[in-house]
Amino acid sequence: MLSFILRRLGVMVLTMICLTFIVFFFVNLEPNLRKLAISQTNMRATDEMIESWLDRNGYHDNFLLQYGRWIGVVQKQPNINPETGQAESRFRYCDDPVEPVYSGILQGNFGCSTNFKKPVGTRLWDGLKATGILMFWVMATMVPAALIIGVLAGMREGSRLDRSLSVASIASTATPEYVSGILFSVLFASWLGWLSASSATATSKGVTFYNFALPVMTMAIYGIGYIARMTRASMVEVMTSQYIRTALLKGVSFRQTVMKHALRNALIAPFTVIMLQFPWLLTGVVIVENMFRYQGFGYMLVQAAANNDIDLLLACGLVSVVVVLATQLISDVGYAFLNPRIRVS
Amino acid sequence: METIGFFEIIAGVVSRLWPVWLAGAIVFAMSFSMRKRLGLYGQLIGNGIGLTGVLICVFWLFAAIFADIVAPFGARDQLAVMKNAFPGSIDAQSGLIYYLGGDNLGRDVFSRIIHGSRVVLVIAPAATLFALMVGMTLGLPAGYFGGKVDSVLSFLANLVLAFPVILLFYLLVTPGIEETIIPKSLAGFFFLFPIIFFCTLFYTRFRTQPEKLSVYIAVTLLVGGWVYAGLVFGLDPLGIMSLEKGELNIFVAVVFASSPGVFRIVRGLTLDIMTRDYVAAAQTRGEGPWYIMLWEILPNARGPLIVDGCLRIGYTTILLGTLGYFGLGMGPESADWGTMIKDGSQLLRLYVWPALVPALALMSFVLGLNLLADGLREESLKD
Repeated sequence: MLSFILRRLGVMVLTMICLTFIVFFFVNLEPNLRKLAISQTNMRATDEMIESWLDRNGYHDNFLLQYGRWIGVVQKQPNINPETGQAESRFRYCDDPVEPVYSGILQGNFGCSTNFKKPVGTRLWDGLKATGILMFWVMATMVPAALIIGVLAGMREGSRLDRSLSVASIASTATPEYVSGILFSVLFASWLGWLSASSATATSKGVTFYNFALPVMTMAIYGIGYIARMTRASMVEVMTSQYIRTALLKGVSFRQTVMKHALRNALIAPFTVIMLQFPWLLTGVVIVENMFRYQGFGYMLVQAAANNDIDLLLACGLVSVVVVLATQLISDVGYAFLNPRIRVS
Repeated sequence: METIGFFEIIAGVVSRLWPVWLAGAIVFAMSFSMRKRLGLYGQLIGNGIGLTGVLICVFWLFAAIFADIVAPFGARDQLAVMKNAFPGSIDAQSGLIYYLGGDNLGRDVFSRIIHGSRVVLVIAPAATLFALMVGMTLGLPAGYFGGKVDSVLSFLANLVLAFPVILLFYLLVTPGIEETIIPKSLAGFFFLFPIIFFCTLFYTRFRTQPEKLSVYIAVTLLVGGWVYAGLVFGLDPLGIMSLEKGELNIFVAVVFASSPGVFRIVRGLTLDIMTRDYVAAAQTRGEGPWYIMLWEILPNARGPLIVDGCLRIGYTTILLGTLGYFGLGMGPESADWGTMIKDGSQLLRLYVWPALVPALALMSFVLGLNLLADGLREESLKD
């Protein structure tokens, strides 16, 4: 078991290196660098100004050298002021040092966000905290709702309840966040006026039902259908097994059979599905946070991508790889614990 | 401005769609009369869920085909008077009606969703087909040979799957990237797979019949090369196959994002089917590994693959919508549903229809595909 986890962690590190390398390659393409330079200097910068800004800040250095700096195995160099010849901080708003130092991911420095004018570490932490709150509420509504729907549908296969719940779950998987977001905003915010179509106040004034219900609903609805269908399939399988028939023939009531015998075994498979749902939620977070103007991880990712904020984008990439691979690992290990018939080799 | 009532709007929309109803009626009349002989499709339309799925998909298919007849206006026609017009508003000058209202630039929403269905119905199935080809060509050997091939390919697939889709799109589908050689080289790489796939397919089967083999290979190379030249280099001599720069970029990004999923499914299916007796029999006969993969394993994996293909077209439609919603790749005036939702959602508080109508269109199409997939799964399990 331990060697399995260690091997998976090794793969995770390798994936992180490959992925950041690819992202690094893309953000350092000439058109993207120009985009960054224009947003950092001013809109009407001439080509020479852009070139000199990129040169001065080391964006034209050797590609591997730059990647090494970001990792923290090559020293970061301060800028040299061309007029005075003295070393000065690369990005003043991030307190970049004036002497060459090793300062990268390995040293715990995620770099400097050029768009938000803050160290990436602080900005990322704020964003993740905000998204964590959103995720918590999404999970808290999505998982119970999906499990209940799935169990009710799978309890009696082919019944009218099963049919209608199955169609409802298919419909919910056909509704991506940007569609359900529009539908819910129109219904609850524009027509009924019960809920706010903007969650901008949630960060400053705290989470309330009024400003938070719409994003949570929007995100939950897309996942519910999928988890419910998996739960239903698992429930149907359990309900046709021998021990359920035995229990029913012994005279245990249907309700008791479902609650005591079927549920526990039917909920093993959905556990994996729920864990693997996290990567999907990551995409959902980006759409929902931008639609409802909630300043979390997804909002940050889009801002970073739109402005080619190199360090922030790389950090976002790292975070998502960790989320995706960690949930995969948890789902595998957890499955082995829940289902004694399977042992991880 | 004069408007017509709710029922008149419905009557108007229904009557505008007459070619769709006509074509649909012909198709269904023929399908039902030959139901017994149509195999899986025949069973599918006997199933409530499957039939609903087929109906919705056929509706959008014909809407896309007859878009020019159905839509009263062009996708980009603007009438300044009709800016944010209510559904059912009548243009005083021409007497034409904006059945589902006008958007913020005074374009007819109804015409735009009909024209937009073309973008979706061309790109989504085509991209899914390419993703299937890539996934099959790589997934079969990964499952069959195992070992190093499997580790390397699985690692690459997981790498792409670990990428947040939005980040991938922002990196691949920005105007800056379109200028570089990256989309073309990626397209060149991905579009090679169908040619490789079909050449191997025919070679393994007709190795001992050189006349047949040469015909098949020649046809594959000719058609494949023609599509390849048209899509990748924009050099189609007949001018039928061509993509705009942005479209190629989107196409490549969508294929890139969905092939690892296909790869995983094909690999899993291969691992499962490999243990069957008929594979062992083929191995004992001395068949080559590629023959076994393409002519023994693949045909037996078709059921789950068709179901997954349907679901995947829906998922690709959602991805295209995401791209449009973030304003990536598609032109600013593009009539695809994602862009329309993005444009409409800015004024959602005041004018509901410019965003609501394309949102419902996208939802109904994906729902149709999902129902179709569900019906297919149910029917194929019955055998």
